[in-house]
Amino acid sequence: MSARRDRRDKLASRAVQAGFVVVLVALWYFGTTRWGVSHLLLPNPVKVWEELKDVLASGDYIPDLTITLSEVATAFVLSCTSGVIVGYVISRSQYAIRVFEPLLAGIYSVPIILFLPLYILFFGLGPASKIAIGTTISFFPIVLNTIAGFGYVEKIFITAARSMGASNYQMFRYVLLPAALPVILTGLRIGFTVALLSILGSETIASLAGLGHKIVHLAEAMETARMFAYIAFAVVIAAVLNMIVTSLEARAKRQ
Amino acid sequence: MTTGDVAIRVKDVSHQFGEPGDAFHVTALQKTSLDIQRGELLCLIGPSGCGKSTLLNMIGGLLAPTSGTVEVGSKPVRGPLPRDIAFVFQENALFPWCSVIENVKLGMMFQGAPKAEQEDRARKALEAVGLKDFMAHYPAQLSGGMRQRAALARALSLETEILLMDEPFGALDEQTRMILGEDLSVLLSSTDKTIVFVTHSLGEAVFLADRVAVFSARPGSIKEIISIDEPHPRKPGFVTTEKFSQLRNTLYGLLHEEIRKAVAQTVMAGPLT
Ligand SMILES: Nc1ncnc2c1ncn2[C@@H]1O[C@H](COP(=O)(O)OP(=O)(O)OP(=O)(O)O)[C@@H](O)[C@H]1O
Ligand SMILES: [Mg+2]
Repeated sequence: MSARRDRRDKLASRAVQAGFVVVLVALWYFGTTRWGVSHLLLPNPVKVWEELKDVLASGDYIPDLTITLSEVATAFVLSCTSGVIVGYVISRSQYAIRVFEPLLAGIYSVPIILFLPLYILFFGLGPASKIAIGTTISFFPIVLNTIAGFGYVEKIFITAARSMGASNYQMFRYVLLPAALPVILTGLRIGFTVALLSILGSETIASLAGLGHKIVHLAEAMETARMFAYIAFAVVIAAVLNMIVTSLEARAKRQ
Repeated sequence: MTTGDVAIRVKDVSHQFGEPGDAFHVTALQKTSLDIQRGELLCLIGPSGCGKSTLLNMIGGLLAPTSGTVEVGSKPVRGPLPRDIAFVFQENALFPWCSVIENVKLGMMFQGAPKAEQEDRARKALEAVGLKDFMAHYPAQLSGGMRQRAALARALSLETEILLMDEPFGALDEQTRMILGEDLSVLLSSTDKTIVFVTHSLGEAVFLADRVAVFSARPGSIKEIISIDEPHPRKPGFVTTEKFSQLRNTLYGLLHEEIRKAVAQTVMAGPLT
């Protein structure tokens, strides 16, 4: 009810969340030191922490991180450009919306990652196939949200602008774009997240380099502690990127 | 009366939505003719669905007549005329992503008003409608009445000769619309704009108009035009005079029959029969 009570509730839930993590790490720790869980399956958390420090200090992660990030960035730029342009063009005609929106939504519901073997055949094991699959998967939420954003602008805004003499450019810049922007930005954020997930995922399936590749490689070499260190590293990178994108979206929506 | 005095000439105008045979084919307006004098305030009143908005949109160039012609300043209307005609719509047509003053300035920018004048004209228009202290507010932060004032300011700032208002106070409560009506009467008496004003309120029509055109039920056309011979700006006391109630009653008589017909149409089309 009051702001203070809100804050107390929030603090309480934060405490529960932190407690949960502490219990989990404690279970992990005792599992490996007391209860005899194989170190090959689950390494000691202290060892993982040491490995993580080594990974960061040695700069061992740099080549793989660079590859993964540049794949994600390329895929995102490609899907943004194509998704927004295609979405805008479709949104210009009610007929095109009726034809393409259900079609695209249908394809979006297919697990496209199943086509990864085909992508590998076409684009090889290197970054090209990762970029291609990331672009494909993130294209759909972006194009669908762009159609929704531009296609369902309230008619009265368009009529009013037309009555005041807005040119085509002015209509786009000052009416359609601001009306559609919040929905499009949501599409971009979702697109970014699925691009990141699908690229990391496909690196673990078939690749030559990248964070996902590194993790599988370490698993195969039975270096489980270092593998866990890399997983933790990738999780943090993904979380940070998602946070950046979410806050950019919120910032842009406020303006 | 010479043609020079006519600001808007509507001649044998009909409008149909859809093609004959379509499920939603409607003749919204039937062979309507009307001359609107320069500087007068003409109210359109009639049953719901009789084509008042359709006529207004055709005058404003937002809709092309199926047959007949609309002339503004003795030139045929072929599309929107932002330098001559400004609209106030029934729905809230302010852009929610712009503040009140930005809304007003955006309208002038669309119209092509000189950039140097925009700020000044926007402030003047907003002051005139009593929104001086709300320029930086966003539409969502205003009451319904204030939003319509802002929409009126946006239209006034365009400094057009003609103002088309489609039930601008339609969504407001009785008291607010009375106050807005009084304010509008004062505001407009200081200009020499030609105004076409659609309303459902008999009182509003008598209070504001120089002439009131009563529409017949759909397919609509003008059934009768009555003159309200009372100087502007009208005093609030006008509402309580004998003359006011007589005019109102006359309008009511003209309208009642048409509303019955309109209701009969919808009932016949409805699921009850
Ligand atoms: N875009 C459209 N497509 C098809 N029919 C329409 C369209 N717009 C209006 N009509 C029809 O035309 C008729 C006249 O509509 P209009 O909006 O002009 O009525 P109105 O007199 O303004 O009514 P109201 O007082 O309820 O606003 C109505 O019967 C409506 O069903
Ligand atoms: Mg209407």
